[in-house]
Amino acid sequence: MALTEMHAEAVAGVVDRVVARYRRDPSCMVQILREVQEACDWISPEAIDRLQLTLGVPRTKIEGVAGFYSFFYTQPRGKYRVLFSDNITDCMLGNRDLRDQLCNSLWIEPGKVSEDGLVSVAMTSCTGLCDQGPALLVNNYAIGGLTTERIDRVAELIRERVPMSAWPPEFFRIEDNIRRSDVLLSSDLEPGSALLAARARAPDEGLLASNMRSWREGLPSGIGGPVAVLDEIKRANLRGRGGAGFTTGLKWEACRNAQLKAGAQRIVVCNADEGEPGTFKDRVLLSKFPDLVFEGMTVAAYAVGATRGFIYLRGEYRYLLDHLNAVLSNRRREKLLGENILGIPGADFDIEIHLGAGAYVCGEESALIESLEGKRGTPRNRPPFPVTNGYLDQPTIVNNVETFAAAALIALKGGDWYAGIGTRHSAGTKLLSVSGDCLRPGIYEYPFGISIRQVLEDCGAEDVQAVQVSGPSGICIGPDEFDRIIGFEDIPTAGAFTIFNNSRDMFEVARNYVHFFQHESCGFCTPCRVGTSLLKNLMDKLHKGAGSPYDLAEIEKLNQLLQSMSHCGLGHTACNPVLDTIAKFRPAYEKRMMQKDFTPAFDLDRALAAARQMTGRDDAAAHLTTHNGGAA
Amino acid sequence: MSEKKKLKVATTSLAGCFGCHMSFLDIDERLFTLLEHIEFDRSPLTDIKHVSPDCDIGIIEGGLCNAENVHVLREFRQNCKILIAIGACAINGGLPAQRNHLSLAAILEEVYHTSPGLTNGMIPNDPELPLPLDQVHPIHEVVKIDYFIPGCPPSADAIWKVLTDLLAGREPELGHGLMHYD
Amino acid sequence: MSQTLTLDGKSIPFNDGETIIQAATRAGVFIPHLCYHPEFKPHGSCKLCTVKVNGRQTASCTMRAAVGMVVESDTEEINAERRALTQMLFVEGNHFCPSCEKSGQCQLQATAYHLGMMSPHYDHFFPNRAVDASHPDFLLDFNRCILCSLCVRASRDVDGKNVFALSGRGIDTHLIVNARSGKLADTNFAEADKAAQVCPVGVILPKRRGFAVPIGERKYDKQPIDEIVAEGK
Repeated sequence: MALTEMHAEAVAGVVDRVVARYRRDPSCMVQILREVQEACDWISPEAIDRLQLTLGVPRTKIEGVAGFYSFFYTQPRGKYRVLFSDNITDCMLGNRDLRDQLCNSLWIEPGKVSEDGLVSVAMTSCTGLCDQGPALLVNNYAIGGLTTERIDRVAELIRERVPMSAWPPEFFRIEDNIRRSDVLLSSDLEPGSALLAARARAPDEGLLASNMRSWREGLPSGIGGPVAVLDEIKRANLRGRGGAGFTTGLKWEACRNAQLKAGAQRIVVCNADEGEPGTFKDRVLLSKFPDLVFEGMTVAAYAVGATRGFIYLRGEYRYLLDHLNAVLSNRRREKLLGENILGIPGADFDIEIHLGAGAYVCGEESALIESLEGKRGTPRNRPPFPVTNGYLDQPTIVNNVETFAAAALIALKGGDWYAGIGTRHSAGTKLLSVSGDCLRPGIYEYPFGISIRQVLEDCGAEDVQAVQVSGPSGICIGPDEFDRIIGFEDIPTAGAFTIFNNSRDMFEVARNYVHFFQHESCGFCTPCRVGTSLLKNLMDKLHKGAGSPYDLAEIEKLNQLLQSMSHCGLGHTACNPVLDTIAKFRPAYEKRMMQKDFTPAFDLDRALAAARQMTGRDDAAAHLTTHNGGAA
Repeated sequence: MSEKKKLKVATTSLAGCFGCHMSFLDIDERLFTLLEHIEFDRSPLTDIKHVSPDCDIGIIEGGLCNAENVHVLREFRQNCKILIAIGACAINGGLPAQRNHLSLAAILEEVYHTSPGLTNGMIPNDPELPLPLDQVHPIHEVVKIDYFIPGCPPSADAIWKVLTDLLAGREPELGHGLMHYD
Repeated sequence: MSQTLTLDGKSIPFNDGETIIQAATRAGVFIPHLCYHPEFKPHGSCKLCTVKVNGRQTASCTMRAAVGMVVESDTEEINAERRALTQMLFVEGNHFCPSCEKSGQCQLQATAYHLGMMSPHYDHFFPNRAVDASHPDFLLDFNRCILCSLCVRASRDVDGKNVFALSGRGIDTHLIVNARSGKLADTNFAEADKAAQVCPVGVILPKRRGFAVPIGERKYDKQPIDEIVAEGK
């Protein structure tokens, strides 16, 4: 482990520097751990010693947080930590072969660290590069478009210990792949213009002043600018773009009307934890339209009277961090953030970026807030809801990246304009992250009401067997449903649109998603923690050919239990991909149901292998047939 | 009642200690009442070596720790209409399953090679001996089990209750005092 | 206390701010639970106390009682789901009751009895978990941990020590102690701690006191858990 070892003093120096930058604030624990790991390659016991001392928090708290997130390592994982994206689209593009190729050329086993402590190679959940996969992360920096040549080159760079700053820049080039633009993606919003428009909605100067006071004090003022903006958002009938579709205006209003305790402030959080496999539109919005998103957040702050903002950026998008920070600095320079925004006294709002560390569940708003507070990302008990008791118990709105972008446009152009786009129940446009079996994967913006068939035609998808809309927690659509539409009245979506042609095995698609949920369950509640593991085992049992109708019935019972007893949406939806595919692609399961009667999940003959080896026996009695149910 | 055909009941102990069988015998004189309704097939009580193909109820004590256990369990499943798991070992592996966190290789090494006092120890490899499985499994993980009587061992009263419930066509139920995992 | 809600068809009173389980317990109605403890802030993780409120499932330990609520608890459907959760807890860890010192006084076991759990149903995980016998007076047997976090809350909120915490994620979630060595002996854990007394299962055990009470005379041998809780003992 010589390569990853640092002297305790050096580690202490790193920790001290990082902790000081975060004002010794334990609520920045996730950020502190991330930066310590970036500098030290892992979070060593020495680092935890020092953190305990400098932050004044118990070791259990630090280890509890470090142990929760996939990207934090409390064991050495090498100087180069390679994680292959394991979304179904990566699998379809041969990610396993590429991983094995890399492992073979580096002489390591998947999941293990090389003997010299240089490198580890493992798998991770979808990294959001589905339109340019297969993809991997090296020390959390994304590389897409993997080919065998590129893997050879990566192996070489690692073997030669080339620092990542000297790796070919084209490796790290991430394409936007915008294929269809509508109002959002074709907007060329002048930074500040939406804010100016929002402010201009105040009927007269006197009221404007009182509104600005309301921003400062965070109190509802009753009428004028902020309320006018809120009205526009409501009139626009804007609904959350993160999947759940809660009415944005109502959420903002509830936050605005929430009682503010002494010393407290209102908080605006942008949820950029785009973890749903198959979704990548927030990545593109943040990379290409950051000002639109920041402006939307500032409009929100204006409307609800918030003074502090966060972007919770998923750890897989680490490469966007410096760019986004630069845009924020620029906005501060332009007086679009900071104190006295647009020169208005008391108009204070700023945004800081928090990076996640590999935990899908943090996309759930209360888990996200826990993570922002530097804790394990466990969803909270609700009520109370974040709008009244959010970040550090303060009134907080959490909205999706796309929601804020739309809010900026609404502030600029008005609610009626926006409500006129889309359908009666679903106003505006929706960004779709299209990937899988099609000629032109990428981002497609459509007014709500677009049919699945039209999207398939536009992206050049042929011979389509199924589309998974809104990721594993969404819905699987078969060809007889391709005339259904994207919209809250029919198929709501957070944006993922994953296409499978007729060569794909829908059972394996569902199995991939079940593995994903099992990996991402936070472990807080019994039904999800244990249930997702049981489900994974059952799907693996079917995969191995040991499945019987008994197992299918078990899967259905588990689904019922997860839906009714789970703590949050992760558990509620974990069985969806299985149930959908059973209902719509039953032959894929029938094919797997190779046993008529109950058959063990484990291989009985293999269970004797250790004994055979120890005794040197290989006679007939030293073997067992595995299946007692007989072939179906 | 007497014209009614008696139910055939087979019993066995796999990786168990026969404690459940002893507890079964503790139903004492109720055994006579039971025998009005049942006759024993393969069982340590009869010394019949194989289960009749028309057996009605099989009662299995003990979990699965080796290949022979698996063969016997499969014979029971194949020939009995109803299988009952009796006791902690059949139900969750019990005491034998507490080796499951150790590798079989380490166990065999320890037992036959490295234990103090062993000289020239060797791991037995006679084909007559059943090979041990790498882990001990409860029986419901290998065949479908219809009913369970928990306990280590279940009391005679608990066994009596389940059997009489079944003979009367009721879903077996153990209330407070009879339901025990130890 | 003029406000009431309906629990399994019975009208029961509640005070402002009370949760459903608090109101139920005071009314002498037992709702199965493991991570809930009347002296601590509710956690809501075991989900055993799930009830149907106006037709929708929710944990009764975290849901505040409200006027006119219609709550279902002791129904066949809900008890079957609770039983399944109990079975999940049994297969997730290594629960060998005959060799456990807590047997007969274990809340998991007593709750499983109450729910009529005749078998663990699922395939066992048989996880490989360590035992920490480092402390002179206490033993930690992690094989039996059900992650209820009662010791975490007791140590943090009552003892002011933070001896325990949960780490890991998902099925790898596990209990840790506050020492670089990871050993209880290297923490400031003490016998008088509240955390030493709250474990509902057999993880935190005083040494040299195992099996002190003969079978037949242990807590849940004498009376089932629903009666004990309903009588407020």
